[in-house]
Amino acid sequence: MQGIRKHFRHWGTFDYVNTLLMLIIMLVMLYPFWYVIMASFSSMAHVQTHGVLLYPDGLRLAAYRQIFTHNLIPGAYKNTIFITVAGTAISMALTIVGAYCLSVKTLPGRTALTLYVVFTMWFGGGLVPTFLVVNSLGLVDSLWALILPGAISAYNMILMRNFFQNVPNDLYEAAEIDGITRMGYLVRVLLPLSTASIATISLFYAVGYWNSYFNSVIYIRSMDKWTMQMLLHQMLKGSTELTNALYDNQAEINELADETMKCAMIVITITPILIVYPFIQKYFVKGVMVGSLKG
Amino acid sequence: MSIGAGNRKERLLRQIWLHKEVYLLFLPVFLWFAIFKYAPMYGLTIAFKDYKILLGVFDSEWVGFDNFSRMFLNPAFPAALVNTLIISALKLLFCFPIPIIFAVLLDEMRTRLFKKVVQTTSYLPHFISWAVAAGMVGTLLNRTVGPVAAIVRAFGGTPQNYMNDPEYFRLILVVSDIWKGMGWSAIIYIAAIAGVDGQLHEAATIDGANRFQRVIHVTLPGIRSIIAIQLILAVGNILNSNFDQVYMMVSATTQKVGETLDYFVYRVGINTANNFPIGTAAGLFKNIIGFVLIILTNQISHKLTDGEGIW
Repeated sequence: MQGIRKHFRHWGTFDYVNTLLMLIIMLVMLYPFWYVIMASFSSMAHVQTHGVLLYPDGLRLAAYRQIFTHNLIPGAYKNTIFITVAGTAISMALTIVGAYCLSVKTLPGRTALTLYVVFTMWFGGGLVPTFLVVNSLGLVDSLWALILPGAISAYNMILMRNFFQNVPNDLYEAAEIDGITRMGYLVRVLLPLSTASIATISLFYAVGYWNSYFNSVIYIRSMDKWTMQMLLHQMLKGSTELTNALYDNQAEINELADETMKCAMIVITITPILIVYPFIQKYFVKGVMVGSLKG
Repeated sequence: MSIGAGNRKERLLRQIWLHKEVYLLFLPVFLWFAIFKYAPMYGLTIAFKDYKILLGVFDSEWVGFDNFSRMFLNPAFPAALVNTLIISALKLLFCFPIPIIFAVLLDEMRTRLFKKVVQTTSYLPHFISWAVAAGMVGTLLNRTVGPVAAIVRAFGGTPQNYMNDPEYFRLILVVSDIWKGMGWSAIIYIAAIAGVDGQLHEAATIDGANRFQRVIHVTLPGIRSIIAIQLILAVGNILNSNFDQVYMMVSATTQKVGETLDYFVYRVGINTANNFPIGTAAGLFKNIIGFVLIILTNQISHKLTDGEGIW
C-alpha cells in the first residue's frame, strides 16, 4: 500500500490523461476480438438487442454446431495444419541452406549469388506471370501451390545470412581439420549456435502460412483443398458454393444468423494464434529489431 | 603475363573446386529462385505479346506496346492509379505518424508493467490475417446488429451500410490499417526511444524543461533518423497500397473508390477478364515504377545512415 501511494505521488495531470488514453487504446485493440468471441456464443436476438456486446447470453453452441454440420471444417483445419507444418519445414530448410552458402566468405561468386537473391526483393514478375508458371508446373488445385511458390522469403534468408556471418570463421577452420563436411558443420556447429534466430524465422514463416489465403483464391479449385482462411474468405464473400454446403435446406438460410456463424468461424481460425501468442510475441519483436536496425 | 593469368585462373578453379559442396547445397535454392522468381520475370514478355494459351509465352506473337495502349484506354486503369495514390497518401498522412505518437506516449508511462501490457496488446492485431480482420470489421460495422450501428442509433443517427458505401470506404481502410498496424509499426520507434541517452533527459530536466519540452527537444531528435528512414521506405512503397486489405474489403459498389493498381491487375488478369497480357502489362508498369522508387529511396536512406553530416 505504501509503495503504491509512493508511486502515484509524482503523478501529474498528464500521467492520468496518458494512462487513460493507453487504457482506451488497449480496449480498442482488444474489443473486436472480445466481440466476435462473445457473439459466437450468443443467440442472434441477444447480439441484436445489445449492440455493444460485453457478455454472451449463456454458452450457446448453435453457431458452432451449424458450421460443423459438414466435414468442411475438419478438412480445412487439416489442410491449414499441413501447409503450416510442411511449409515451415521446407521454407526453413531452403532458407538455412541458402543463408549458409551466402555466408561463406571465401565462396567464389558470392556477391553475384547474393545479388541473384536480393534482386527478387526489388523486382518481380508479378501476379499473372507467376500464375502462368505455377499453372505450367501442374500445381493448380494442389496444396503444394500454397507452399512452393512462396517457400523462400529473400528477406528472411538475408536476415539469417547476417546472423551466420557473425559466427567467427575460426570455428569452421577448426572443424575442417577434424574432417567435417560443410553440411556437417552447418548441422552440428552452426545450427546449435543459432536456435534463437531459427525460432524467430520459423515463427515468421509459420504465422505467414497459417494466415495465407490469397494463394488459395488463385490456385485452388476444389472445396476439399480449402484452408481455414479460404473458408472464412468464401464465407465473407458470400459464396453460394459454401452456403449450399452449410445448409441442407435453403429455407434455413438466415442472413442474421450468418453473423454469429461468421464470428464462430473467425474464433476457430484465430484460436491457435491466440493460444501461442503470449509465448511467441517476443521472438517476433526480436526479429523486427534485428531486421530493421541492422538491415 | 600469361603465366600470371594462368595462375590466377588455376587458383580460382581450385577455389571453386574447394567449395563444390557449397555450390551443391545452394543448387536447390538456386533452382527455386529460377523457377518461381526469374521464370515469371521472363513471363513479363507477354505484356508485349498477343498471348495465346496454345502457343505459350515463347511462341506468341510480338505486338509492341499494343497492350499498354489498350491498358491506358481502359478507364479503370487511370482510375486505379489515382485511387492507389490517394489511398497511399491518406495512409502516409495518418498511418505513418500515429505509431510514432503512440511510441512517445507509451514511453512517458510511469508504470513499467502496464507499459508492457499495453505494448503487447497493441500488436496483437498484426498476427491475424486480413481475411480475419476484414471479417471482424464487417461484423462490427454490420448495419442491423453491429455495435457501431448501435452507437450511431443511440446518438439519434441512422446507421448506413458502411462497408459498401463509397463515402466511407477509404476511411474504413485507413482506420482498420491503423488498428491492425499501429502497435507493430511502433516497435521500432519504442526501441529507438529506449536507446536515447538518459543523461540528455536529466540535463534537460535540470535546465528546467517540462515533459513536453523534453519530448520535443530530446526524444524526437533522438529518433529522427529512424523516422526519416521509415518515411523514405514508406514513400518508396507508395504504389503498394496493401493488396490483402483492399482485396478483402472492396466490393462492386466500392470498386470505383477502392480499386488499386494491384486489384486492377488481379481483376483484369486473373479474376473476371482473364486478360493475361493486360494484367501483365499493368503489373509491369507498377513494378518498374516501384523498382525505381525502391532504388532511389534505398540510396537516400543509405546516405542518411552513413553520412551523419546531413543532419
